[in-house]
Amino acid sequence: MLRRLLEEGQRVRLTIDGKPVTACVGDSVAAAMLSCGLRYCRTTPISGEKRAPYCMMGVCFECLVTIDGINNRQGCLIEVREGMRIDTQLGRRTVE
Amino acid sequence: MSAGANPYDVAIVGAGPAGLGAAAITAGAGLTTLLLDENPTPGGQIYRAVTTTPLKERSILGGDYWAGAALVAEAQASGAEIVGGATVWSLDASRELAASWAGTSRFIKARRVILATGALERPFPIPGWTLPGVMTAGALQTLLKSSGLVPDGRLVLAGTGPLLWLFAAQLLRAGARIEALLDTTPWANYLRALPHVPAFAISRYAAQGLALRREVARQVEVVSGVTRLRAEGQGGLASVAFAARSGERRLMADVLALHQGVVPNVNLAMAAGIAHRWQPAQLCWVPVLDAAGNTSIDGIAIAGDGTGIGGALAAEAQGRLAGLAAVAAVAPERLARVPDRQLLAQALARAERGRALLDQLFAPPRWSRLPEGDTIVCRCEEVTAGQLLEAVGIGAMGPNQAKAFLRCGMGPCQGRLCGLTVTELISKARGVAPAEVGYFRLRPPVKPITLAELAAMAHTQRAVAAVVRE
Repeated sequence: MLRRLLEEGQRVRLTIDGKPVTACVGDSVAAAMLSCGLRYCRTTPISGEKRAPYCMMGVCFECLVTIDGINNRQGCLIEVREGMRIDTQLGRRTVE
Repeated sequence: MSAGANPYDVAIVGAGPAGLGAAAITAGAGLTTLLLDENPTPGGQIYRAVTTTPLKERSILGGDYWAGAALVAEAQASGAEIVGGATVWSLDASRELAASWAGTSRFIKARRVILATGALERPFPIPGWTLPGVMTAGALQTLLKSSGLVPDGRLVLAGTGPLLWLFAAQLLRAGARIEALLDTTPWANYLRALPHVPAFAISRYAAQGLALRREVARQVEVVSGVTRLRAEGQGGLASVAFAARSGERRLMADVLALHQGVVPNVNLAMAAGIAHRWQPAQLCWVPVLDAAGNTSIDGIAIAGDGTGIGGALAAEAQGRLAGLAAVAAVAPERLARVPDRQLLAQALARAERGRALLDQLFAPPRWSRLPEGDTIVCRCEEVTAGQLLEAVGIGAMGPNQAKAFLRCGMGPCQGRLCGLTVTELISKARGVAPAEVGYFRLRPPVKPITLAELAAMAHTQRAVAAVVRE
């Protein structure tokens, strides 16, 4: 869905849903997900509809994802770090 | 990083033009100043990533963007403590802030608080606006500024307002392709804007705006007078449909960028209890301010687009003026060390020139503010316009009753993406003014924090005594 104008940026390695990918230093988690070709980052707790980052400035909460095991993080406000584990967030939470 | 000088002379929320301008003044005058921003780097949305952007080719983002670098440098050199990645989730009338950064929340006291929380994009509730592939123009602009990312595939821009044209031009300069720009500015707006042409003509926006339009129109199909805009697709955007003079049309699209202006980001100010009023010309809520920029709460000022939309240069001037007022209140003997108030007021007046025309010309049409039927109003709780109107029919008189009926506005965004739509839809349905309908009652925390983080905060003796039985 998005392409990088410049490829020379310093890379970090992370995983999205367990799959190893790379992103650039300075990318937000949401930007990294979109640049890796993901079309959506969560499904809603109400209807299960697919949603993707919408505002990229911390107000819409569509980019909620699980980062290093903690859910409901705003992907657009958090920068990627080497070794980060990002997981799409599916529907509502269930009792384990 | 710890909050070093707590309590501070001045705490500023938001490191965009207003917050940076304010910090430069107060810290420059020697006041202990804390500047907090949710984003990792200073600049706000307009100067987003100006210190870190990978786009070093300056012509892409343009001179107005790069002007932000000097302002960031000035604030950084002023001695202000600038903390990025810090989310302010509470503010009360005693000027105590609660903020979260690096996984920890803390309370911060300040003798003066300046809110510079800026603006967010006005909701654009059309059918299909929740589909992956549909984003705000501002979101795509952020991706361009922060990461040098541009849409790949078929891109359609739609809406109204100066930012849409600026972003289109930036994309084209970056080598991206735009299938079409669908201009939803109603024809009637041009007539309504006419009386404001003389003031606009001598403003800095006139030549700049016309040049941008020409630059874009040379390279992109511009469709004017667009109505009935819809995003279509199953589980993701596939096409954009709309009506224009030539009739109904449909464009295949991978990305749709929506934009119909920006509105004040009122959540923190409202949750603090600051009085707001409906601003009919800009169709949004603005804080009630006295001539000196003070809010209804003693010691809390608001500067920048959070007071009503004025743009980056007006925001910076307002921020500096708010900083000056803080110096006058906290350490009047240091006023000799700050710039002349008169000069700042003149800069503000210059920056505000031409704004009246922009407000009239780019006033979003009713059809794109007042959705119908199955169109989603509240994205978080997936409440449709039809459901909301049904609730009004059985007694939901205002936004707060709508919450009880439908959970509308009660999701994580706390009404940021539906609040104005809900007020205006109820206003239309009941036939009363938006001011009478009111807005969601907002409360802290204005951003979600975990219970663990809340529980780990340092507690006062009094707070402990209130809940622990001896």
